[in-house]
Amino acid sequence: MSGQSIVLAADVPFPPSVEDFFPPSILPWGEQNNYWFTKISLLVFLSMAAIIIFFLVTYRKPKLVPTKKQWLAESVYGFVRNSVSIDMLGTKAGIRFAPYFTTLFCFVFLNNLWSIIPLAQISPNSHIAFPAFLAIISYVMFIAVGIRKHGFFKYFKMALVPPAPWFILPLLIPIEFFSNFLVRPFSLAVRLFANMFAGHMLLLVFTLGGFALINANVAFAPFAVVSWLMTIALTFLEFLVIVLQAYVFTVLTASYVQGSLAEGH
Amino acid sequence: MITEFMVVAAEEGDHNPILPIWQEILFGVIAFAVLCFVLMKFVFPMMEKTFAARVDAIEGGIKRAETAQAEANQLLEQYRAQLAEARTEAARIRDEARADAEGIRQDVLAKAREESDRIIAAGQEQLAAQRESIVRDLRSEVGNLAVDLAGRIVGEALEDEARRRGTVERFIDELGAAGSAGGRR
Repeated sequence: MSGQSIVLAADVPFPPSVEDFFPPSILPWGEQNNYWFTKISLLVFLSMAAIIIFFLVTYRKPKLVPTKKQWLAESVYGFVRNSVSIDMLGTKAGIRFAPYFTTLFCFVFLNNLWSIIPLAQISPNSHIAFPAFLAIISYVMFIAVGIRKHGFFKYFKMALVPPAPWFILPLLIPIEFFSNFLVRPFSLAVRLFANMFAGHMLLLVFTLGGFALINANVAFAPFAVVSWLMTIALTFLEFLVIVLQAYVFTVLTASYVQGSLAEGH
Repeated sequence: MITEFMVVAAEEGDHNPILPIWQEILFGVIAFAVLCFVLMKFVFPMMEKTFAARVDAIEGGIKRAETAQAEANQLLEQYRAQLAEARTEAARIRDEARADAEGIRQDVLAKAREESDRIIAAGQEQLAAQRESIVRDLRSEVGNLAVDLAGRIVGEALEDEARRRGTVERFIDELGAAGSAGGRR
C-alpha cells in the first residue's frame, strides 16, 4: 500500500493519508509541524469573521417588518431558538440558552462547510481540536447548569442514581457515571470530528483516485470520469452531513442541558 | 486495518488525527469566544427585542381592536337604551296629548253648551221683553184708537149706516190685524 503510493507520488499521491489533513504552514511558508498560522487556523478565523459580519450587516438596523437579509438572519436564530432550544428546554430556559446554541450551530456549520467550498475544501472540524473544545464547553455547561439548578449533591444524585431497587444500584451507578460523564464529551467530539474527517477522506479518495487511474493507464480514463462524478455526488452527501452534524451537535448539547434542568427522575 | 493505517501515518509523518494540536485549541477557543461575545451580546438580544416588539405590535393591535370593539358595543347599547327611552317618552307624550285633547274637547263642548244655553236664555228674555213692550204699546194704542174711533163716530154724526157699518168693520179688522200681530191676550 505504501509502496504503491510511493510509485505514484511523482504526480498525485494515492491513496490519501492522514498527512493530507495537515497542510504546511502558511507563515512561515511551507513549514511542516508549525501550527501557528495554517490553512486550518485561517479557516477558523474566516468562519468567525464571516458569521460576525453576516449578523452585524444583516441586523444593523432591525425593523419590525423585516427585509430579506434581516429575515434570513432571523430565521437562522429563530430555527435554533424555536425548534431546538424552546422545543427541548421550554420557553423560559429555551430563550436563555438560544443565543449560545445558535452561536454553536453557526460556528460548527460554517467550519463544516469549508470542506466543500472550493479552494478551502477542508473542514477545521476534521481536526479533533475544534470538536474537542466545543464538546468540553458543552460538557462543562450541562454539569454547571445542573449544579446551579439543583445544588451539587442533589444534581449528582439525580444524574447518577436512577430510581431502581437498591440491590441493582451498584451496577447502575457506574453505568450512569460512564454514560453521562465519560462518554458524552467523547461521543460529541468524535462524532463531529470523524464525520468531517471521513467526508474529507472520501472526497480525496475519489478525486485523487481519478487521477491515479489515468496515471496508471490512459485507457482507464472512463473510470476516472466515473470516479469524479462520484466526487460530485459525494459532495452533495457531504453537504447533508455538514448540516446534519451541526444540527446534531447543537441538539445533543441542548438535550444534555435539558437533562440537567429536568426535575429529578 | 486501522492499525496499519496508523502505522502508515506514523511512517509518513508524526501526525495523529486523534491527538489535538494545542495551538488549534487555542485558536478555536479564541475564535469561538469572540464569536460568542459579539453574537450573544449584540446580535441575539437585539433579535429577541425585535421579536418582542413584533409580538407586542401584533398583540397591541389586537388589544386596541378589542377595546374599540368594546367601546362600539357600549355605544350601541347606549343608543339602543336611549332609543327605547325616547320611544316610551314619545308614547307617553302621545297619550298625554290625547288626554289633553280629550279634556280640551270636553271643555270646549261644555263652554259651547253653556254659551248656547246663555244665548237661548237671552233670546227668550228679549222676546219676553219685546212682547211686554208691544203689549204695552198696543194697550195704549187700543185706547187711543178707541178714543179716536169714538171721536170719529161722534164727529161724523152718524152719516149713514152703511158707512158707519163699514167704518166699524174696518176698525174691527184693523184691530183684529193688530191683535193677531200683537199675540194672544
